[in-house]
Amino acid sequence: MTNKTYILQSSPHFKDKDSVPKIMYVVILSLMPSFLTSVYFFRFRAIALFISCIGACLATEALFLWLRKKPKHSLLDGSAVITGLLLAMTLPPSLSLDRAVIGAVAAIAIGKQVFGGLGHNIFNPALVGRAFLQTAFPVAMTTWLPPAMLKVNTVTFATPLDNLKFQDAVAQGTLTSLKDLFLGNVGGCLGETSALALLLGAIYLFYKRAIDWRIPVGIICALTVFTGIFWLANPDKYASPLFHILAGGLLIGAFFMATDMVTSPITPLGSWLYALGIGIMVGLTRLFGGYPEGVMYSILFMNTFVPLLNRYTRSRILGERREK
Amino acid sequence: MKTITFPHGIHPPEYKEPTAEKRIEIMAPPEKVFIPLHQHFGAPAEPLVKKGDEVYLGQKIGEAKALFSAPVHASVSGKVLAVDGYNHPLGKPILAVTIANDGQDRLFPDLQGTKDAFSLNPDEIRQKVKEAGIVGLGGAAFPTTVKLSPPKGKTIDTIIINGCECEPILTSDYRLMLEYPEDILKGTELVRIATGAKRIIVGIEDNKKKAFGLLQEKIQDYTGEVVLLKTKYPQGAEKNLIYAALRREVPRGGLPFDVGVVVQNVGTAKAIWDAVSKGKPLYERALTVSGNGIKEPKNLLVRIGTPFQNVVDFCGGFEESVNILVMGGPMMGLSQWTSDVPVIKGTSGILAWTAPDPSVEYTCIRCGRCIDNCPMRLVPTQLMKYVRFDHLSEAENCGIQDCVECGCCQYTCPANIPLVHWIRLGKNQIMSLKRRKSAL
Repeated sequence: MTNKTYILQSSPHFKDKDSVPKIMYVVILSLMPSFLTSVYFFRFRAIALFISCIGACLATEALFLWLRKKPKHSLLDGSAVITGLLLAMTLPPSLSLDRAVIGAVAAIAIGKQVFGGLGHNIFNPALVGRAFLQTAFPVAMTTWLPPAMLKVNTVTFATPLDNLKFQDAVAQGTLTSLKDLFLGNVGGCLGETSALALLLGAIYLFYKRAIDWRIPVGIICALTVFTGIFWLANPDKYASPLFHILAGGLLIGAFFMATDMVTSPITPLGSWLYALGIGIMVGLTRLFGGYPEGVMYSILFMNTFVPLLNRYTRSRILGERREK
Repeated sequence: MKTITFPHGIHPPEYKEPTAEKRIEIMAPPEKVFIPLHQHFGAPAEPLVKKGDEVYLGQKIGEAKALFSAPVHASVSGKVLAVDGYNHPLGKPILAVTIANDGQDRLFPDLQGTKDAFSLNPDEIRQKVKEAGIVGLGGAAFPTTVKLSPPKGKTIDTIIINGCECEPILTSDYRLMLEYPEDILKGTELVRIATGAKRIIVGIEDNKKKAFGLLQEKIQDYTGEVVLLKTKYPQGAEKNLIYAALRREVPRGGLPFDVGVVVQNVGTAKAIWDAVSKGKPLYERALTVSGNGIKEPKNLLVRIGTPFQNVVDFCGGFEESVNILVMGGPMMGLSQWTSDVPVIKGTSGILAWTAPDPSVEYTCIRCGRCIDNCPMRLVPTQLMKYVRFDHLSEAENCGIQDCVECGCCQYTCPANIPLVHWIRLGKNQIMSLKRRKSAL
């Protein structure tokens, strides 16, 4: 007879070492190449925007956790930092800091906490913040600065997609070169300009298996096919699929926004459909829409379908027979 | 070498080294045994002895009256001290027979073996297996006679012998395969005769190559083969093993019978041989005592009814800091609040270790790992949410009853959500609602 007692717990008694904060920090680390290139291209503006966005996101998160009497550990899970980072990366470098803060507060408050915090939101919080700013300050959100090393003496600078849409760049032969797009030597949002940096981060995400590969692959394939058809039909009017992939926010959207676990489908088939929807929406907006760029609204639009996709794309259970 | 497996599943650390190369030691029976009358899936056995009776080793002390039940036998000879409720690994006291060991091991005289076991007909084999109280020794303790009696209209063509032992830490099945390969195959042959099957498949994971080689050599005398499976958890889960070995899917809510298969654990096969050829009832079993909370990890042959404490004392005792004691494997085993519980027929291991402080639980971030790993292809996180918010009929539609509780989802959940616990709760609630409905 012994009197010693042991902990009673439900099986399984083993657990791997992964955790929510670890996943979040992998995402943060994967954004570092883009962070560094944006600091390189936009200097002090970039640093100031990053600090104000991340700071405002953390402060808003803390306020809501305190108001809702939620455990404090949620603040340090890394999710608010990611929202701040991603929001800053989607802002034009010339945006004033107070407006960036407003966007960050909107991202956390409207995008995340009103739904119940991490895991419960329907829309990608960073994109909600950006959409809020786009509606509130439409001019400021479409005014671009040239990268610091170009030494151009203009206040405004068009993005490659602006050129394509409004200057008829393909016909004029003034389309931005793929090399500049790839390296990031172009106008645009802080983090979206350098395809190379984004791809480095994406490789790390794949290596760590922190994202569902189907989503970026699906988006890029859908956009390639969609824009490819038009390009093949009339290469004098339409830009090549490669241009569309490298330009604007497509890569940051496909790898870092659309793959947000909370707001993307959990079933394999659902992920494919979701990615397909985003790719085609982006293509439609860029080729035929009123805006030069459509990644943000495409992702937000497809976010709304996620619960439905999850519901109707459940995998077949082992041994299940479905009527044809 | 080519290996086969099933889709999904996980690969937890194995921790099999401490006992993998240790022979199965025979542990001397303790002074007192506590033999629960309910050690199997189904109805409890009814006591045949009362306080003060003298019993022999192997004498039947509990009778199985229901179809889903199994008789229970004395594991020592001596005097019955009590027939009363006693701690049980399932967590609550259950009727048990306490016997004071007289140290003589006087064997029950009526036990009779069969010289030419292979000439018996299926009914005789089933009768002997039933009388010996044999249940599945893999852990679920399903009465073996039921598995040997395919319902009318179902033809069995294949017997699969489960030598996967996919649970980490456990090694007793591996040792049985190395030390008693002939007995296992002979027992399997009896199962084949009893069910009318044509062939035998022995499934062994590729982390047990030695056992694979040995059995492949010995199986030449039988109609069958040994297949090498890629080491993965839960390979030993019946439905996954059948899929891995034969690419057949057991229909939802169905049994292996429905796809012409009977699956038996290696330990069960050996027990069947012992019962039929030697007349030996199931009064002892092989198990692994391990985990970093045990001073000298061992594989042991232990009498049913031996308290865990005695078994662990035989293995050098507990380390000071131990706070978790588990019966079975670390993935599906039952944690115990006290070491004062007896070994039962389903005890495949006694594990003890020091658990770290529980990690913080986060909300589900829908990472989808539970879905990617579920061997039944369920959506554990959705099932958890349905149960949490009382949408039980939704949970049922999404297959909550198909869950085998293997724990792959929870093992990989970065949010530390007790998914299996929620699913189990949901299953229980659904069952009790159904019972209430049928009672009306």
